[in-house]
Amino acid sequence: MNAHSTGGGHAAPAIAHEPVFVGETRAKLERLFALYPTKQACLLPALWMVQEVRGWISESAIGEVAEVLDLTPAYVKGVVTFYTMYHTHPVGRHFVQVCTTSPCNICGAEDVVKALLKATNCGELGATSPDGRFTVIEVECLGACGFATPILVDDDFIESVTPDKVAGILQRYP
Amino acid sequence: MGYPHPSHPKETVVLSQYFGDAEARTYDGWTKRGGYEAFRKALGMTREAIVEEVKASGLRGRGGAGFPTGLKWSFMPKEVVKPHYLVCNADESEPGTFKDREIMRWTPHALIEGCAIAAHAIGAERCYIYIRGEFTEPWAVMSAAVEEAYARGALGPNAFGSGKRVDMVLHRGAGAYICGEETAMMNSIEGKRGNPRIKPPFPAVAGLFGMPTTINNVETLSAVPHILNRGAAWYKALCLGNPKSTGTKLISICGHIQRPGNYEVTMGTPLKEILYDMAGGPRPGRTFKAIIPGGSSVPIMTREEAEAALFDYEGIVEKGSMLGSAGLIVMDDTTDMVYQIWRLARFYAHESCAQCTQCREGTAWTTKILERILGGKGKQEDFQLLLDLSDNMTGKTICVLSDSCAAPVVSGIQKFRSEFEAYIAGAREPAMVAV
Repeated sequence: MNAHSTGGGHAAPAIAHEPVFVGETRAKLERLFALYPTKQACLLPALWMVQEVRGWISESAIGEVAEVLDLTPAYVKGVVTFYTMYHTHPVGRHFVQVCTTSPCNICGAEDVVKALLKATNCGELGATSPDGRFTVIEVECLGACGFATPILVDDDFIESVTPDKVAGILQRYP
Repeated sequence: MGYPHPSHPKETVVLSQYFGDAEARTYDGWTKRGGYEAFRKALGMTREAIVEEVKASGLRGRGGAGFPTGLKWSFMPKEVVKPHYLVCNADESEPGTFKDREIMRWTPHALIEGCAIAAHAIGAERCYIYIRGEFTEPWAVMSAAVEEAYARGALGPNAFGSGKRVDMVLHRGAGAYICGEETAMMNSIEGKRGNPRIKPPFPAVAGLFGMPTTINNVETLSAVPHILNRGAAWYKALCLGNPKSTGTKLISICGHIQRPGNYEVTMGTPLKEILYDMAGGPRPGRTFKAIIPGGSSVPIMTREEAEAALFDYEGIVEKGSMLGSAGLIVMDDTTDMVYQIWRLARFYAHESCAQCTQCREGTAWTTKILERILGGKGKQEDFQLLLDLSDNMTGKTICVLSDSCAAPVVSGIQKFRSEFEAYIAGAREPAMVAV
């Protein structure tokens, strides 16, 4: 890995980074290069690939992305932290996002959050349940306001969630 | 149609005709419904002829700003000396708005066709469709449709054998409301933080990758094939109010209403008919208190204002608000307006890109002052403080995010002042613990 990959200005523990962009993932990235006039423009898609493969985006992965796109790790980190959907730390096996913006708020979204926190045993927003199964976060408008309250479990968009439906929904995610 | 409800007789169904019809999602299903006829026609027309037709239709941007679409296209250089780009804004993130989502879920080829026509009209060979990261299903449907359009020769180096190249690239956002702002969107595609850019230069001069660029909303582009098929005169005649507002508009209705969903109406339809006849009116035993007509970024209307308004760009302005994206947020008499205005302010504070001081500080302090009021520690001076802050947040920043935060605060204080007073006077139980 390149010398910048530990980042952060502090001595990071020397954990070997298992590269993400090898084999099919590497080929996929290279196919993307043809779709944009700059390599830099492949940054958001490349970060999505890292998250898909690893579940989150670590400091060492930031270093690797920087290297494959000819950017600096500091620059990549600046972009990663701007966007709320990139995880900069590990999350539960299933990631639950609940909309609580005004249209959902007036339709009872806060009760859905409470029900989710209780049923997943996460305790608080952003924390992972002790069994590692769930992380629940509150998000701003998911763009399905007519179907309050929408939640995203991993990539599954689920509409019209009410507190009484929470247990049944979570059962589908072992 | 009032998806997920059946069509209401007062609707004018154009864009939403095939919502809920899974067959319309496929290339064959779409061509069977007349799809791609308009694009074939456009390929035989000059750039200028298409732009003139769209200008004549009166079509205006459906993303919120209402800028005339044909005029926007005409700003692109006549000679293509460097690459031109089309960007389709599918970052639908405005609270209360969920219409583009249904267009992409049910009629992906309508959008692809609209993009292809627009690309040709502005001299672009490539279109980037920027879809918000949370829209997993629209992304999957659009991906399959683009792949099919390539396979069937509608897209690619030689679209329908015309010799013209039209490429379409889907670009996934990653969670940032501000990327719906057109210059922030271009930065995001370029692999940057989604900070809006100062204008000028305008995108038609120096946009995506520094090249001439046009950015249009999903609904705007999806209307274009209908205009080419049925003619500008037909589109222009769809008008019940001000002649400057033509065509149909998809309206997303949410909140305290019997039948939330997407309705399609002729511009100028009375808002009262939309609220009561189409969407079924308030919940049993309730009355409407407030309506936010254009997504959360516009001034709040009282019930009286909303019920007297015609639903078009000018009609809503006349009653003190803006059409915006036509996401109607309906609040009934059970709503705590102070709490909901705080929730909106918190949204904008969370979504501020933090470039401009007025926005970064203004949205955060507005939120904190509202928390103080909701926590029972508000003061009379807080009214003036909030209004002063809002004044500093309006018209003074690179983009309009901070203006959007000020709009509900200022209109909320004007129209629902007694609810703020009740918290400040201690006549109402605190809604949260004051910080």
